Amino acid sequence: MTGDPINEPPTTPVDHADRKDHVAPETHDPIGQLLDTHSVVVCTGAGGVGKTTSAATIALEAARRGQRACVVTIDPARRLADAMGLDADTARGSEAMRVAGPWPGELWAVMLDTRATFANLIRTYAPSAQQAQTILENTFFKNIADALSGTHEYMAMEKLYELHNDDRFDIVIVDTPPTTNALDFLDAPNRITRFLDHRLYKMLVTPSRGLARAVNLAAQTFLRSISRVVGATVVDDVIEFFANFEGMEDGFRARAVAVRQLLAADVTTFVLVTVPRRDIAEEATAFVTDLGAAGISVDALIVNRVHPRFLDGDVVELRTRLDALATTPLAPFAAALLDSMEISTTELNHLASLTAALPAAPIVRVPFLDSDVHDLAGLELLTSHIFRS
Amino acid sequence: MDPAHFFAESRVLIVAGKGGVGKTTVCATLAGAASEAGLSVLIVRLTPGGALHRLFGAAPITSNGSLLRAAGEGRGPITGRLVTSDDALLDYLEDHGLQRITKRLVTSGALDVVTTAAPGIRDLLVLGRVKQLELARAADLIILDAPAAGHAVSFLRSPAGLRDAVTAGPIATQGIEVLEMLADPARCRVLLVTLPEETPVNELIETAFALEDDVGVQLGPVVVNGLAPRLESLDLDLNQIAADLDPSLAATLDASLLTALSEAAAFRTTWMDRQREQLDRLADELPLSRITLPLQFSTDLGPTHLDALVAALTTGIHQINRTAEQ
Repeated sequence: MTGDPINEPPTTPVDHADRKDHVAPETHDPIGQLLDTHSVVVCTGAGGVGKTTSAATIALEAARRGQRACVVTIDPARRLADAMGLDADTARGSEAMRVAGPWPGELWAVMLDTRATFANLIRTYAPSAQQAQTILENTFFKNIADALSGTHEYMAMEKLYELHNDDRFDIVIVDTPPTTNALDFLDAPNRITRFLDHRLYKMLVTPSRGLARAVNLAAQTFLRSISRVVGATVVDDVIEFFANFEGMEDGFRARAVAVRQLLAADVTTFVLVTVPRRDIAEEATAFVTDLGAAGISVDALIVNRVHPRFLDGDVVELRTRLDALATTPLAPFAAALLDSMEISTTELNHLASLTAALPAAPIVRVPFLDSDVHDLAGLELLTSHIFRS
Repeated sequence: MDPAHFFAESRVLIVAGKGGVGKTTVCATLAGAASEAGLSVLIVRLTPGGALHRLFGAAPITSNGSLLRAAGEGRGPITGRLVTSDDALLDYLEDHGLQRITKRLVTSGALDVVTTAAPGIRDLLVLGRVKQLELARAADLIILDAPAAGHAVSFLRSPAGLRDAVTAGPIATQGIEVLEMLADPARCRVLLVTLPEETPVNELIETAFALEDDVGVQLGPVVVNGLAPRLESLDLDLNQIAADLDPSLAATLDASLLTALSEAAAFRTTWMDRQREQLDRLADELPLSRITLPLQFSTDLGPTHLDALVAALTTGIHQINRTAEQ
C-alpha cells in the first residue's frame, strides 16, 4: 500500500477561507483533527454506505479522547442499537442513553424519534399547554410528523441543535437520513416552516369581512375540491391543525433559522461517507457540489468497504502473466488474485474521481471487513481504520 | 423450473431490498432473462438517475418510456419508464375531473398539504399507475424497481393504510384496486434482494415477514446478489505447488507475486466462508427458495456483465424446485 496516492493527504491548499484554520492538510489523522476543532459532526451520504457505524465510531473515538460525546442515530441496525443500549421499543423518543465503557470521556447515544422531537417543539412554542395538547392529538399533525417529506431531515437537525446546546455534551455527532439531494436536506427547515405558514389556511381561519370574505369563499370552494379527493374528515383535521397552530409560526421560523445557522457555523463540520461504487460516488460528488453552493464544505471523506489491493501495477499485464498458470494447480490462486485486482482497479478509479471533485478534503479509507460491525468491539476496530495516531 | 413458466406466474414483479444491495441490477437481470424467454418487459423506476440504462448500454430512461434493448431472435423488447410520484399524483387528479384545481394545487403549494393529509397517497398512486399499466397489458411482464426496504414495507402498506383513513371517494377506490392486485399472486409477486452479508440478510428476513403479515403479498424466491464465485483448492500449499511447477514457469514467479497470490487466496477464502454462512442462515430462517447471482468483479457494470448475470439467473430459475417452493 505504500506510495499509494489515495491514502496520502492532499497537498493542494485548502480552498475554503472560513475553514482554513480548522483543516490542516498535513495531518495524518484528518478525522481526529476535526474532533479537536469542532463540536458538531454531520455524517452525510447515501443509504447503505455505513453512515450509522461511521457516526458511532467517531463518537466512540471522541469519548476515548476524553470528550463527552453524543451520537444521534437515525435508523441503526438492531444489533448495533442493542450494543449501544438503545432498545428500539423503549429508547425511541426518550433521553440520550449513556454507554458504559473504559474510556476517559463519555459516550452517549440517542435514537431520533421524529414525532417526539416535533412534539417537543410544539410544546415549546405553543401559547398554552391546552393548545399544545390539541395539536399533538390532531391526526394531521401526526401525519406531518410521520410522513411529510423533509420532516425527518429537519428533526434530525433540530435534535442536533438541542444536544449542541445541552451542557452535558462537548461534541455531537449526527447520522443524517439517507438523502440523495443535499438541498432537500439543507432546505428542510425552511420547507417545513413554509408548510406550517401556509397562506391558504391562514385565509381559512381568518374571520371573513369584506374582500377577505370573497377570498375565503374561493378557498372554501377549493377546499371542497380537495375533500373530494381525500375525504371531508381529513380536511377537517387540516383546518383544526392550522387553526391551533396560528400564532406559533414566528417562533418556529426563528428556530429554523437558528438550526440552519448551526449547520453553516464554524463549530460544525461535514463528513461525507461513501463507498467506491460508480453510482454512489457520482451521487456523493453531486452532493458535495450542492453543499458547496449552499456555503457548506465537506471537510473529510470516509470511504467504506474498500477492497484490498495485493499487488501494484497494471491488471492487463498481470492477466497475461497469470494466463501461463491457467493449466497448473495455481489456477484458482491466479483467479482469486485477478478478481481482487479487477475490483480494486475499478474502485481506485471511483476514488480518483472523488478526489478530483474534492481536492481539499482528505480521504480516509476503511477496508472491506471480515464481519459486520454490530458491537463496541467492532466500533473499536473501526476507530483504528478511521483514526490514525 | 422453466424460465418461461417462472415469468408467466405473475404479470408484475416488485423488486425490493435494502439500499445498496443491487436492486436495479437485479431488475435488469430479470428483464434480460424474461426477454430471452420471449416476453416483452417494462421496467418501472420511481426516481430519475441510477445505473439501469448503463447495464443495457442505452440512454437514460424517461417518463415517456424508452427502449433499453430491442426485440430480436426470440427475444422480447425491454423498455424502461420513469414514474415519479409527482407525475402519478397530477395524472390522477386530472383523470378524476380535477383539472381545474390541479394547477392551483401546484402553484399554491397545497399539494404538500394534500399529500400530508393523506400520507401514503404518493406511494398508492405510483402503485396505481403500475396497476393501470398491468391492466392495459403494457408489456408481458412489468418489473418495478421498488424503494429501499424498510421503506418497501410502508410503500406496499400504503393502499391498506389509505383505505382505512379515506373511506370514500376515488382514493379509497384506488386503494382497494391496488390491494386486489397486491393480493393476487397471478398478478403480482415481490422478489426480495439481498447481499450475502449479515445486516442485509437480517433486514431481508424482517421485511419478508412484515410483507407477508401486513400486506399479504406473495413472495417469490429471494435473490442473493454478489456471491463471490466458489474457487476450489485454495487451501493447497502454494509454495509446494510453486516448487513442483515446470522450472521455466516457476522462474516467472517472483516473491512479490507469490505473496500476492497467497494473500488474495486467503482473502477470498474468508470472504467465501463468510458469505456461505449468511446463505445458510438465510435458508434456515426463511422458508423461501433462493437464486444466487455471481459477483461481477467491477464496480462499473455494463452489457457484458448483464449477459453473465442473465445466464446465472436463468440457471438459478431452472434449479428452483417447484415442490420445495410450495
